[in-house]
Amino acid sequence: MTGDDRLVLVVEDEPQMLRFLRASLTSHGFRLLETRSAAEATAAATSYTPEVVLLDLGLPDMDGIELTRRLREWSRVPIIVISARGREEDKVEALDAGADDYLTKPFGVNELLARIRVALRHAEQSGGGPQSPILEFGGLRLDLEKRHVALDGVELHLTPIEYRLLVLLAQNAGKVLTHRQILKEVWGPAYMGQTHYVRVRMAELRKKIEADPARPKLLVTEPGVGYRLRAEPS
Amino acid sequence: MTESSLRPDPDALLLRAHREEDRQRRAKLRVYLGYAPGVGKTFAMLSAARDSRSSGLVVGLAETHGRYDTAALVLGLEMMPRRHVEYRGRKLEEFDLDATLARKPKIVLLDELAHTNAPGSRHNKRWQDVLELLDAGIDVYTTLNIQHIESLNDVVAQITGVRVRETVPDSILARADEIELIDVPPEELLNRLREGKVYLSEQAARAVDHFFKRGNLLALRELALRRVADRVDLDVLAHRQENSISATWPTQERIVVCVGPAPASQRLVRAAARMSAGLRAPWVAAYVEPTTTAPMTAAAQERLESHLKLAESLGADIARLSGTRVSTALIDYCRRHNVTRIVIGKPTHWRIRDVLRGSVLDEVVRGSGEIDIHVISGDPSPLPPVDDTPERQASPIDWKGSAWATGLVVAATTVSAFGRTPLALPDIVMIYLLVIMIVAVRFSRAASVLAAVLSVAFYDFFFIPPFFTFSVSDVRHTLTFSMMFGVGLVISGLTLRIRRQEHDARSREVQTAALYALSREISAAPDEAAVATAIAQHAAEVFEAGAAVVSVNDSGVPAIAAQFGEVPFGAEEQGVARWVFEHERPAGLGTDTLPGARVMCLPLRGRSRAIAVLALAIRPQSGAFALDRHFRDAYLRQGAMALERSRLAEDAKTSALRARTEEMRSSLLSAVSHDLRTPLAAITGAGTMLRDDAARLGPADRADLVDTICEEAERLERLVGNLLDMTRLESGSLRVKREWVPVEELVISALTRLGHRLEGRDITTDFPRDVPLISVDPVLVEQVFVNLFENAAKYTPPGSPLEIHARNEDDGVEIEIADRGPGLPQGLEGRLFEKFFRGPNAKVGGVGLGLSICRGIVEAHGGTLVAENRPGGGAVFRVTLPKMEGAPVVLAEPDAVEPEAHA
Repeated sequence: MTGDDRLVLVVEDEPQMLRFLRASLTSHGFRLLETRSAAEATAAATSYTPEVVLLDLGLPDMDGIELTRRLREWSRVPIIVISARGREEDKVEALDAGADDYLTKPFGVNELLARIRVALRHAEQSGGGPQSPILEFGGLRLDLEKRHVALDGVELHLTPIEYRLLVLLAQNAGKVLTHRQILKEVWGPAYMGQTHYVRVRMAELRKKIEADPARPKLLVTEPGVGYRLRAEPS
Repeated sequence: MTESSLRPDPDALLLRAHREEDRQRRAKLRVYLGYAPGVGKTFAMLSAARDSRSSGLVVGLAETHGRYDTAALVLGLEMMPRRHVEYRGRKLEEFDLDATLARKPKIVLLDELAHTNAPGSRHNKRWQDVLELLDAGIDVYTTLNIQHIESLNDVVAQITGVRVRETVPDSILARADEIELIDVPPEELLNRLREGKVYLSEQAARAVDHFFKRGNLLALRELALRRVADRVDLDVLAHRQENSISATWPTQERIVVCVGPAPASQRLVRAAARMSAGLRAPWVAAYVEPTTTAPMTAAAQERLESHLKLAESLGADIARLSGTRVSTALIDYCRRHNVTRIVIGKPTHWRIRDVLRGSVLDEVVRGSGEIDIHVISGDPSPLPPVDDTPERQASPIDWKGSAWATGLVVAATTVSAFGRTPLALPDIVMIYLLVIMIVAVRFSRAASVLAAVLSVAFYDFFFIPPFFTFSVSDVRHTLTFSMMFGVGLVISGLTLRIRRQEHDARSREVQTAALYALSREISAAPDEAAVATAIAQHAAEVFEAGAAVVSVNDSGVPAIAAQFGEVPFGAEEQGVARWVFEHERPAGLGTDTLPGARVMCLPLRGRSRAIAVLALAIRPQSGAFALDRHFRDAYLRQGAMALERSRLAEDAKTSALRARTEEMRSSLLSAVSHDLRTPLAAITGAGTMLRDDAARLGPADRADLVDTICEEAERLERLVGNLLDMTRLESGSLRVKREWVPVEELVISALTRLGHRLEGRDITTDFPRDVPLISVDPVLVEQVFVNLFENAAKYTPPGSPLEIHARNEDDGVEIEIADRGPGLPQGLEGRLFEKFFRGPNAKVGGVGLGLSICRGIVEAHGGTLVAENRPGGGAVFRVTLPKMEGAPVVLAEPDAVEPEAHA
């Protein structure tokens, strides 16, 4: 797959990291807009309208989360946050502030490209593209119109919450959803603090749709952050 | 003589060896002894110094008194600068002890051993400076006149009529290694005097006529010669003993001198000192405190202390005894200690007192048996007479007691007056006696005497005809009066005695109880600080003063370790504490050394050195000042021992800790150097090959190298992650952010993260429905499972099964991870969780941090992590996390969604 000359805004102040991103992205057909600070990034974002933003949280002049918030005030450009392990709170905060996804350092090229692809695809869909009522992930098939879920052709019986949960994850396939986001969408804003609801229902859901619930292939836990339905769109 | 007595006794040999050793090690003291000023001591000392030409010789202080020939001798010798002291507007020059100690010469010349230092100096006396120099290993040459020797002080005073106030204890003369007598015939000395060659201070100049008489000089000369002869004799004896030259071995003599507050005691002490020197016998100055008489006045107490101090400075041991009868207590002591001679003073009081109270001297003489009694006159003529009846004048008027006495007598009179008809005269007498007794029991002696007087007066006035007059018609009544008065006095005397005994018993009991309480508290004290606090607290109670335990660190800086009550601790007190710590002798307030300080500092001596210093902010007038010395020493000894014990225990603990830290540091170093470098080496190697030899590599090789780089980088990441986790755990910056989580999710998440590393294994999981949610930090606990699974992946053969069971136990939620690998190394199960510990078969890369991180995290949650071998082979790790109150229950939803039309 190529980047089709799409413009990626990279906000990163470490030269080595920048070198790696430059090499990997340009070789896959993306164009790069390199910035080293929040100020530069804001200027670049307004004048060039990039299609995706790669944002390192540790910036010299501003907190990356704050930058996310400011960008979100006027732009719907997908933002992928880059951060080190052990800073789960930062990731959650960035996601809740409006970032679309995150990458944990260190990461490989494939992971990076997959996240960018997911982000671009979601941006396109929410941009008004036609949304298919049928979603398929391996043997799992969701018919949103008929509220019908089947695994390997066999119909599944899901509770209303399980169904809403699955649909939410499926519609955001490939993207990480935080506990807060899931709670808000599935249970409503009144349940914001009750993360255990999500955790318990997720375990139930796994038992129904995973071939081996001990080693789930589809519904993946992102430790300390939330969940992701891991799938390449068919 | 039998053969055995000729053979040197092993103990004696040992003693001799010790002495030899001592002599080699310790600094030498040489004393130039003269019988009068002007005999040429300073000259001789300086000449000797010049002749010896010893390097490291300095002149600490030499009084040349402007004499040309003496001053010439000083030329070319190193002179220590003098210390300038200002005292009451006068500028004084003193020997600079500190500068000399800092200079560390081999020999110091220091004139005038008997000199009294200017106030504010460290020691009162120069001889104390000398002792300190000797302690510091510095040889001292000094000069001394015979009249300054303590034990000869009064003899000289008798000869010359001049009492010398500056004295040097005999013990320092005994300490001298060499004594050189500087002798000139008296005629020549008188010539020198006439020629003005003898320097005399103003004071001495006044006494010159008395002092420099031919007869005096002859007597003094004889004294000096005798003294030196005695000394030579002693040296000969020592030589004989050392070389086992058989001679008459004197039986061991032991002398006790009875000391009291009377001024005559000074003479007794000096006489006993001379006697002990002559007999080469140890001697003891004993004071017997009668428990039946009133306590001494402060002045008497002070005199007594000064006598005891004098005795001590002359080399005596001190014994403080007490008993109802002075004679019995004394003789008991003497028998117990095999005393051979008792020195006692001649009575100076009237004979009538002996008749009434019994004579101590008489009783001692009768009870002494085989012990020799030396009765010495306590001629007080050179001393001012002392008022020795201080008891009554000192005690303040007992107003309360007098008021009670008056009131009770009036009451008794009223009762008797109203009961006049049924009561006969003897009954009334009884009532008055009762009143006298009550007053005697409750109040002072004065009050009871008053009660007796008043009773007699009232009885006479109201009940004896003619009534309402003091006149007595019947002479028989006077007998009743005197009986009443006498009985009153006897009763009050008896009750007072009982009270005093009770008081004494109580104070003794308090001391014993204090020691006991101290030892009990100390044994319960967990560490040095607690021991110090206990010592300070008890000292404050026992010595009735603010008390502080002062510790001195390695660089000699004293600091209060524990304090109880007010203890002033300024620069001067710190200096005293430091001095006491270094010299292991008491100093400060109430002692001869640095008496200007506001605290008395006592050393807490351990086995080999001072452990700490006890500082007491004691009031000079308080009774505790003269507290039983044995008790004080016992207290200090007990405290010091406890302090030393706890310090040793702490030292052992610290050194064990240090060893462990050292071990850890070396493991960390090896971990860092080996485990971080290995992946780095692989990455660097592969990377440089790809860069430099790309042309020569086939596609397969290239892929191989790239894989190596990726794998090693991953390994490096895990290592760094572990090190970071460990650091966070160790630094305490780890915050546990609890959320309610199903165990299942954490385990599954961990399994997913390790995905490819557990490939091909049969993994069984079991999460029963009754396992409640646990309140943990999901990120941290997931890390625990990741590390445990990683461990299993590392140490068990590929493809072997892994079983994970969760259980709802009473003490928490237990998660068991069981494998079928080789199991844990025998006997090392407990050490698995130690940092940097790696099992004997740990071939696979790793730092040995994973498991200790696991335990750290689990313990941070209040849980436990244990490992053991599994029956049938393999290992099992058990994580138990506590169940928390209020675990939410999320009920299952019953309704399944039925397919329906989309709204």
